[in-house]
Amino acid sequence: MNGIGTTPLVQARRLRKEYGTGEGLVRAVDEVDLDVARGETVAVMGPSGCGKSTLLHLLGGLDRPSGGEVSLNGRRIDGIGEKALARMRRTDVGFVFQAFHLMEELTAIENVELSALLARRSPRAARRRAADLLEQVGLADRATFLPSALSGGQRQRIAIARALSNEPLLVLADEPTGNLDSAATLDVLQLFESLHESGQTLVIVTHDSRIAATADRLISMRDGAFVDETRLTGGTRGDLSGLVRLED
Amino acid sequence: MQQEVLLAMVAKEPSYGYELRARLRQALGPLGEAMNAGQIYVTLSRLEKAGLVSAEQPTELAEGQDRKTYALTADGQQRVADWITEVSWPKPDLAEFHLKLVAAAAAGLADPLTIVDAQRRELLRRLGDTQRAAMAEPDRSDAALLLEGIALRLQADLRWLEACEKSWTGRRSRS
Repeated sequence: MNGIGTTPLVQARRLRKEYGTGEGLVRAVDEVDLDVARGETVAVMGPSGCGKSTLLHLLGGLDRPSGGEVSLNGRRIDGIGEKALARMRRTDVGFVFQAFHLMEELTAIENVELSALLARRSPRAARRRAADLLEQVGLADRATFLPSALSGGQRQRIAIARALSNEPLLVLADEPTGNLDSAATLDVLQLFESLHESGQTLVIVTHDSRIAATADRLISMRDGAFVDETRLTGGTRGDLSGLVRLED
Repeated sequence: MQQEVLLAMVAKEPSYGYELRARLRQALGPLGEAMNAGQIYVTLSRLEKAGLVSAEQPTELAEGQDRKTYALTADGQQRVADWITEVSWPKPDLAEFHLKLVAAAAAGLADPLTIVDAQRRELLRRLGDTQRAAMAEPDRSDAALLLEGIALRLQADLRWLEACEKSWTGRRSRS
């Protein structure tokens, strides 16, 4: 039998999600096959309404498919019960959203430790983990700030720290830089890059070509289906002098 | 190396060649790595011949050392002043690619959408390289600002490729 280490972390087969009925039927995700290897960063790009967010929700168990299969870590999640699904979302998956979704009345560190507490870690372990994560995202000195006192980029880094709280197998990000300016986007990119280097598996849905360009693999989506797939690692790496013209 | 660029680097103060090189590398960061010292000295000697810089050689000099200090002449100062106020700007060079798509479609040489896809992959690789280089730069370095500009232009080009894709997809489904 294959060891768990060799199977893809995420596997989707003929995955389908439909909304509405009859004439109004919309196939948001239309028979998609996807494998995501452990440690891989995959970006999914496409116009608004192409189904990329719906796909992310199906992969993370936020929504159930109309048909097809999804497995995480070799285990089917499309048909499991509500309780098991909720547990899976808490412990195996970390979510990052465009609008951050932080609790406004909790401080930065309380936001981060909350998901560990919900996963029944001891308060002491949750606090220690949260402090480590704030350090990792470069915001240790903002631990006691409320989200309203932080910039958009800082809020998103807090949200990423929260997503990592339970050492998830998979981090799913939906337009993580959609509300950020250029400098804050670079901070988030940097953070994803260091997660990638530490072996974290990431699936990022985005409009932002800067994020897409730093992924291992880029999938283009249209009308619920994959239309193009590009492996980006390798490439012209290192040859930066070709990017500007310095000669006469 | 464009002559005016080097000339403007001299404007700060009379400088050795290696100092000019260091100033350029500071401003360009990883983008200046391919620039070799030879290019700079070739350009400096051209500037000297054109009377835009003067070079002073110290009398006591170890064998084979270039220890000239370069300074702007009055003509050189004028040239720098003109160059600073010039508003030239690189023109976007998109016509070639555009005509490639038109010709490929007209002659049936290739599917324009395949060409667009290949081009997109290339630009994404360049954008990835640029982003990684920008991430490796310290905050607010001169080179980081240049890299940001390059990344923004690549993003604009990628958006134009989206428009190309849309347009050629539309033409194919009409025909």
